[in-house]
Amino acid sequence: MELTRNPLVKGVLKSRWPQWAFFTVLLAMFLFAIFAGIGGTPVGNHNFGIVFVWIAWWAILILVAVPLFGRGWCAVCPIPVPGEWLQRGAVLDPPPTNEQASKGRWLNLRWPNKLRNIWLQNTSFLLVALFSSIILTTPQVTAIVLASMLFLAIGMSLVFERRSFCRYLCPVGGFIGLYAQTAPLELRTKDKSVCVSCEGKPCYNGSQAGYGCPWQVFPGGLTKNTYCGLCMECLRTCPHDNIAVNIRPFAADLSKPSARLDEAYKAFIMLGSAMIYAAVLLGPWGSLKSAAYQVGSAAWFVYAAVFLVVILLALPGAFWLVVRFSAYLSLLRQKSQSVIRRNTSPRSDFSRLATALIPLGLAFWVAFSLSFVLTNGSYILMTLSDPLGWGWNLFGTAQTAWQPVLTFVLAPLQSLVLVGGFAWSARTAQKNAAEIALSPAPIIVFCLAVTLLMLWLLL
Amino acid sequence: MRKKEVFAGVFAMILSLGVIAIPVLVRFGAGNDTEIHARVAESGGWMPDVIKAKAGETLHLRLISDDVVHGFAVGQMPETEVDVEPGKVTEISVEFDQPGIYTYYCTRWCGLNHWRMRGTIEVSGDSPAYAQSDSKPLYVTLGIDLDAPHPAVAIPSQTPSASRGANAASDLPDAYLSADYYRAHSPADAFSQLRAEPAMAPLEDAQVWDLVAYIWRANTSGDEIIDGQSLYQANCAACHGEDGSGEGVFADDLEEAGEASMQSMQGAHDMMMQRPVDFTDPRQMHGASPALLHGKITRGGMGTGMPMWGAIFSEAQIWDIIAYLYAFQFEGFTP
Repeated sequence: MELTRNPLVKGVLKSRWPQWAFFTVLLAMFLFAIFAGIGGTPVGNHNFGIVFVWIAWWAILILVAVPLFGRGWCAVCPIPVPGEWLQRGAVLDPPPTNEQASKGRWLNLRWPNKLRNIWLQNTSFLLVALFSSIILTTPQVTAIVLASMLFLAIGMSLVFERRSFCRYLCPVGGFIGLYAQTAPLELRTKDKSVCVSCEGKPCYNGSQAGYGCPWQVFPGGLTKNTYCGLCMECLRTCPHDNIAVNIRPFAADLSKPSARLDEAYKAFIMLGSAMIYAAVLLGPWGSLKSAAYQVGSAAWFVYAAVFLVVILLALPGAFWLVVRFSAYLSLLRQKSQSVIRRNTSPRSDFSRLATALIPLGLAFWVAFSLSFVLTNGSYILMTLSDPLGWGWNLFGTAQTAWQPVLTFVLAPLQSLVLVGGFAWSARTAQKNAAEIALSPAPIIVFCLAVTLLMLWLLL
Repeated sequence: MRKKEVFAGVFAMILSLGVIAIPVLVRFGAGNDTEIHARVAESGGWMPDVIKAKAGETLHLRLISDDVVHGFAVGQMPETEVDVEPGKVTEISVEFDQPGIYTYYCTRWCGLNHWRMRGTIEVSGDSPAYAQSDSKPLYVTLGIDLDAPHPAVAIPSQTPSASRGANAASDLPDAYLSADYYRAHSPADAFSQLRAEPAMAPLEDAQVWDLVAYIWRANTSGDEIIDGQSLYQANCAACHGEDGSGEGVFADDLEEAGEASMQSMQGAHDMMMQRPVDFTDPRQMHGASPALLHGKITRGGMGTGMPMWGAIFSEAQIWDIIAYLYAFQFEGFTP
């Protein structure tokens, strides 16, 4: 269903004002979060920087924005905005000439070819994840992380072309892109042949109507949501009215599995870190919590080593064996039934089948996040009235007591989400394995095993 | 087009700067209340730990904990006690009648070095300065060396009972019952002197010890013991243990922190962290006179880890605590 057929929706999406309003408000909130981290109370659960970033924003992101809107957050995220405004030399204005439409005002360098993948994003996410216990609880550290992201984004906008920070470095952008494939919202071209014959490709190169794709994507070639930031520039620049925003079935992109190893690894990183977070932040193991928290101590190095080994070696290693076993099973069947198997490499099998872990990973994150959002959500009301812990009471809610909400639905809801995620992953495994004539059973067993492990960790 | 661009840019800039500038202006435009932040001693304790005030003027304090739940009270002014919760602002007003140096301290067992959380309020004014006591402490008058070992020369074979002692108290010379006698002598001293009294010759040792217990009980009251008990549980039990055994919740950790913990105090190089005294040990307690205990509590352990309480407890409170300490040795002290 094409949303942009509705003239009102299309008008809102094409206009720069609504996006500007989001940018402006969210940028102010982002700067305030940094300020709160430095100048506000060091008590995390009373500090805007912690409560509004890691509880409120995270809840909106993982429970609503990503599952329903995919990269919807990227479309309004304030982090790259100051850099982008500097790069364009404009806050609202479209490019003054066609020539300036894709050229930044500064160095405007092309992002290096060797880094045109998401390995850097995988690394930046792991870096944040390794220090997460201290980032999530210490306002000053949160402020440093947020400010670093802001300055890094500004710096990269001045040196590299377009939104290189978002596309190649942002630790959040990487997983939003991965899970955006499951969202029921997409931006696509209406007719690819129009794009083929389009002169000048203003959607990529820009025009006086708008900027060339900041995400360095040619909309004519879009087949999945991963790298489209939903910024709507192509909707503004397309001279043929060939861009559509569609509502579609959930997870439509997963039937076109990627054979890229960097994307496959993203799936393992997210799956593994959800499980480790559940163990560290929600589990009953005090020594694990303190090891994760005491950055720099011997215990923390052990924790960091285990964290990296589980995520980068153990999980992918086990999955590799499972995929090989699946290939072995299909080989047996091939011999007995003379089924013709397509000729794919083990590495490509591995990457394609890792796509099956995407719904499961998202379910893990939703289930994990439900737990701490329902438990700690009441801090939002408290912090709203006294965001800096300075004794204010702006809306009369500063004295709100900490009160977990809806705890009776938590366990059933988490179970439902995990079971749903497993079923969805199993279905994806079945389809994707069939395409390369592999047996899906071992993949499904793998998914079941990690689901049971996560259920045990959460319940 | 240009106007819109300028509006969009200026508005974004004003909003971005405003969210930071407005809180800063409000903060600095607020009254001149003194703000005290509380952190566990390892992270700095009270900040600031010296405050200035004027006698006769109300001092408004904003108390904020930056980590765990602390408590605030000014020594000898129990009405000032409040809890200081993390991330919340607790406001109190204090007024000092007389100039002098007052101590404020943490009243919650916030961490291993909780007992280090002290600060001072320097109150200036024209009236005569407040002093904790006009006379010298009793241990100075009596010439007691607080740091010398004081093992009891004799200890009872069974727990002495004040109520049993009361039955035989008719023969007790009055001099033994005076407050002066009680404060200046250890139970073992009293036992030795009573034992030497010819009138006491027919009594068994245990009966003489019961008389000692009676003397100690006669110098206090049930209310004082209750007061002493509650002060002990709130302030002493963290190290000395609720049962007086010296096995308080911090005892092991303090010993483990040992020298490192002591060295964190300025100029404390020659000090040794000691295990808290065991009040259930008869040799320890029967060798200690109330005057000696009064001196230890008032002055502190000087490099042993025992803090000084003279600036915090009133004289009466210190005597109440001492009365309660002997309850670990004598029966009939249960309030």
